[in-house]
Amino acid sequence: MEDLIRYAPDLALGFLENIKLSIVGAITSLILGTVLVAMRVSPTPVLRAAGTIYVNVVRNTPLTLVLAFSALGLSDQLGLVFSSVPSVNSFWIVAMGLSAYTAAFVCEALRSGINTVPLGQAEAARAIGLTFMQSLRMIILPQAFRAVIAPLGSVMIAMIKNTTVAVAGGYAFDSANKMKEAFDQVGASIPIFLGIVVAFMCVTLPIGYFTGWLAKRLAVVR
Amino acid sequence: MTENGDATPLVQLENVNKHFGALHVLKNINLTVSRGEVLVVIGPSGGGKSTLCRAINRLETIDDGKIIFDGQVLPAEGKALARLRSEVGMVFQSFNLFAHKTIRENVTLGPTKVRGVAKDAAGKRAMELLERVGIAAQADKYPAQLSGGQQQRVAIARALAMDPKMILFDEPTSALDPEMVQEVLDVMVGLARDGMTMMVVTHEMGFARRAAHRVVFMADGQIVEENTPDEFFTNAQTDRARDFLSKILTH
Ligand SMILES: Nc1ncnc2c1ncn2[C@@H]1O[C@H](COP(=O)(O)OP(=O)(O)O)[C@@H](O)[C@H]1O
Ligand SMILES: [Mg+2]
Repeated sequence: MEDLIRYAPDLALGFLENIKLSIVGAITSLILGTVLVAMRVSPTPVLRAAGTIYVNVVRNTPLTLVLAFSALGLSDQLGLVFSSVPSVNSFWIVAMGLSAYTAAFVCEALRSGINTVPLGQAEAARAIGLTFMQSLRMIILPQAFRAVIAPLGSVMIAMIKNTTVAVAGGYAFDSANKMKEAFDQVGASIPIFLGIVVAFMCVTLPIGYFTGWLAKRLAVVR
Repeated sequence: MTENGDATPLVQLENVNKHFGALHVLKNINLTVSRGEVLVVIGPSGGGKSTLCRAINRLETIDDGKIIFDGQVLPAEGKALARLRSEVGMVFQSFNLFAHKTIRENVTLGPTKVRGVAKDAAGKRAMELLERVGIAAQADKYPAQLSGGQQQRVAIARALAMDPKMILFDEPTSALDPEMVQEVLDVMVGLARDGMTMMVVTHEMGFARRAAHRVVFMADGQIVEENTPDEFFTNAQTDRARDFLSKILTH
């Protein structure tokens, strides 16, 4: 227990990094996932194919490899630099890798949501003269989102937990890595371990309940 | 029929063909709809009536032939097609009101987003139209809170809000409980009286007799017969039509 107390401030700072990664990851992956699903249902074959390939490749690659690729491939080889400060740069590398990965799951959740929207909705939208993008934005996606709020909550919970492999992308300041560092010093400590688990549950459990509640509240009645 | 003095037909179909895979659903269709005309399309299920309707606003593409609307060949895609569709109203069998929007929003969406009409003006017009179809009191409800007959009347208001040159009705009363059929037909008869150009797929003989100028009988992808409503219902020329009429008359 004293191990936990001794390392608590450091672990808390690490956990804060998990939260920061989660916030950036949630926003970016929701946006990117929406763009991907728009590509996947678009009438343009090239866009559809690109979206499908992206989702299938990224979704089936282990996250640690996606992050390693972001760091080694994109940052080191292709020179994608977010900041001249190495720690800030690797934060963004990991945040983007995580978003790119999570976006594939967001896309697939949204696509199953689109499948719940009756074809007649899109036909009525086209019949009053809305363009494809307008009908997607105003009619289809709003209904699709509401249909998959709970699954999106699960995707977000998985994403939050996935921030703990940030070190695979070269970012060594999150709580999981701090935990490993502490264990290297004092040996495995169950209180430290449980402390981190509880911290994550304090974030993820409410998200699960909240999205479940929101899903019921916003359900589209047909 | 051409009170506005423009004698060119509003819709012209020339040798239109359409297949679904091996199925030939529109066989060399030639048809014109004049401005202000109310055309009823009748015929057995699977005969291609819906496909014909949907081809006119290009919800279905055609394989060959020509469809001319208001003097122009139907645009194939993009902004021009969206503009054409905004000029052709469509009322579906299953209403298809936007489920996540209120009744008022269903009616204002097209004018504001497609035509760029200001919100206030569109809202005011929507209330007038909802008044006209008798649903004004429900403006802030959602579609699922309305009966089928009410939803279909809203769908008509939504089409009217675009000031269309024509409205297509694809079996607008077929999904309704019997007691709600009349309220929708009454609205449609009103539109016909006001001179709206209408193409109506329906088996409602009462409506055809009260409002239609012409009846087209369609079966197996072909226009088999066309005539005035009275002539058609009392004195059909083809066996096919007589056979069909004997079936719907026994109901
Ligand atoms: N999207 C489609 N794909 C394949 N076949 C279709 C499709 N839509 C309609 N059909 C077929 O085309 C024929 C004509 O259909 P339709 O135009 O709906 O007839 P109607 O409205 O007169 O009942 C039917 O045999 C129907 O099964
Ligand atoms: Mg039909």
